[in-house]
Amino acid sequence: MTWQRETFKKIKQIPREEHVLPGTSLCAGCGGLEALRLAAKVLGDDVVYVNAAGCFTMLAAYPFTPFKGSWLYTTMGSAPAGAQGVRDALDVLIAKGRLPKRDDLKVVVLGGDGSTYDMALSSTSGAIYRGLDFYYFCYDNEAYGNTGVQLSAATPYGARTTTSPCSLQHPAGTIQEKKDIFEIWRAHKPPYIATVAPRYPLDLAEKFARAATFTGPKLFLALSACPTGWLYDPGETPEVAKLAVETGLWPLKEAINGAVTHTYIPKRKPVEEYLKLQGRFRHLFEPTKQEEAIRHIQERVDAYWRQVNV
Amino acid sequence: MAGEMMTGNLAAAWGARLAGVDYIPAFPITPQTEIVEALAEWCDCGAMPARFVMMDSEHSMMTAAGAGAAAGARVFTATSSQGLLYAFEVLYSVAGWRVPLVLVNVSRALAAPITLEPDHNDVLAARDAGFLQIHAETCQEVLDSILMAYRIAEDERVMLPVLVNLDGFYLSFTREPVIVPDPEKVAAFLPPLRPAHLGFKASAPHALGVAVLGGTPYTYFRHQMHLAAMNALQVHREAAADFERLFGRRYDVVEGYRLDDADDVLVMSNAFATKGRAAVDAARAKGRRVGLLRLRVIRPWPAEAIVTALRGRRAVGVLDQNLAPGLGGILVQEIAATLYHDPARPKAICSFIGGLGGKNIHEGEFDAIFARMEQAGKAGRGEGPVLLYTEAEHREMEQLQILASESRADR
Repeated sequence: MTWQRETFKKIKQIPREEHVLPGTSLCAGCGGLEALRLAAKVLGDDVVYVNAAGCFTMLAAYPFTPFKGSWLYTTMGSAPAGAQGVRDALDVLIAKGRLPKRDDLKVVVLGGDGSTYDMALSSTSGAIYRGLDFYYFCYDNEAYGNTGVQLSAATPYGARTTTSPCSLQHPAGTIQEKKDIFEIWRAHKPPYIATVAPRYPLDLAEKFARAATFTGPKLFLALSACPTGWLYDPGETPEVAKLAVETGLWPLKEAINGAVTHTYIPKRKPVEEYLKLQGRFRHLFEPTKQEEAIRHIQERVDAYWRQVNV
Repeated sequence: MAGEMMTGNLAAAWGARLAGVDYIPAFPITPQTEIVEALAEWCDCGAMPARFVMMDSEHSMMTAAGAGAAAGARVFTATSSQGLLYAFEVLYSVAGWRVPLVLVNVSRALAAPITLEPDHNDVLAARDAGFLQIHAETCQEVLDSILMAYRIAEDERVMLPVLVNLDGFYLSFTREPVIVPDPEKVAAFLPPLRPAHLGFKASAPHALGVAVLGGTPYTYFRHQMHLAAMNALQVHREAAADFERLFGRRYDVVEGYRLDDADDVLVMSNAFATKGRAAVDAARAKGRRVGLLRLRVIRPWPAEAIVTALRGRRAVGVLDQNLAPGLGGILVQEIAATLYHDPARPKAICSFIGGLGGKNIHEGEFDAIFARMEQAGKAGRGEGPVLLYTEAEHREMEQLQILASESRADR
């Protein structure tokens, strides 16, 4: 059974109104910001963003903010706990009649992969466990980006970062496999989890619309193609994001109360097409091609889709 | 004496209950846990109209507390020792958000070695976080200080979080008679929280805790925090006067004991100050003209009150229940700096380190402290840090070392 979009069938149905305004100091071609821009078209303006330390911290730099909604910068390790405090306080103030219901807000955590996969994992786990009614938006650019691209638990095998350089001992660069945060989240059985990619706006918007029907934790993992860290021309972000999905490296999926559905089944181009676009994988092709490393990446993708069984 | 017998922990919980808090994010740690247990029960049975949430760490707890207060709720939480340090970066963040929450810290010495009994390295580590700090000596003062803390924190001239400190075991688990104030009088003392500039709402979006670029805006906001903290001295004066009028109990930023004709003055804080008072009485009986100054408000630093109390004395001794390895006592540095510019500054300032990990300070040690202060005052030269540790205590330690080495030999 193929996954059907119900709210967003055509691109024209995506609202034209912008809720994340341009002119921020984020890098040109930031895939994470593009994913957030699309998400905000569904989330609207009645939002308080609770931010963890990361690239998005620079969205709201005094005296500017690109949002028409509210913002609270917390720490790298505790944005979900900040969401807990805001949500609880809003509930209490509404219940006590000190805040009109019409002033209520959606609470949305913004965290990069460094925060999400590493530092804020216990805080996120706690928030899901408590059934907190909030959104979690992880912009996953597969490295500690804001500090200049260091290895994170989201960095994939074979990528080069400043702290996992390719060397004689480790010619592939990163030797660890990317942590499967989707499955870690899913083990908590929240009502809604999804992966999204900015090059698939209908898929992305549909997932945010579906999430809105659930009370409780709603978690999103957004592919954040990153020209600065992945080393490609900023204009190529759409192509890189597209190939991440089309090679099967970035599966588009959702999990409703733990039940996984793949929302798009790629024909699966060879991973090489994706890897060779990016400077962070260049050492896999030059000066000599590392066939074994590339084959390893391809085999991992093939194995993933075999167990998906579509 | 009127009042009901209760522990310092229960008195702290009563403070939060009477303050009518809206929100309590919590996390257990000895010796604080009894506070959040009492609050959990009261929230559960409807005695308190507040939301109680068990968090996943003190770091998360403090973040939720700050965020809840930023959203406009009156927030209370409590921790101790390692918990306070685990929350450390968040202390600075929420103070920068200018949220008027109240945090109770039940002092407990820091690891390593890990222990449960009190000293003040935990709470004094947080002295520069932007929280105001009130250190209580009795269970009654714990309750009363929490009410005063909300009044001061929520004043528009201040808008900073307040930490109320009580000593683990010596207050947390000690029952004393405590008068529970009448809720109607509390309502007269503490107006409802209706902050003009806090709260997240759809009709008035705002951004809090945003990044700044460059030193100028950073400096501006940090200066604002300092000036607000200094305003708290005046706000405390007003709150103390109102508190005395309504409840008949008086609390000042510092408290003197038998200071009037004292030649030498010992400076202490928290529950051990009670031992200090007894020591002053004992020394007076032996003919020494000594007194005690208890520091109650540590942030803002009550410089003027300290100078007023200590100028013209022969010697001042500071009994630090903390140890900065490689320096000595923490509070003696601040006392010395405060007195330096006064022309009538004491002739000697002595530094004593005692009560670490809850270790007792014996009568004989106080005798020695007062004798050394007198000697230093007469010589016009202070001394220290003097690490208080008796021969009897060392004999006990040697027994433990023998046991430790024997058990090692057994393996």
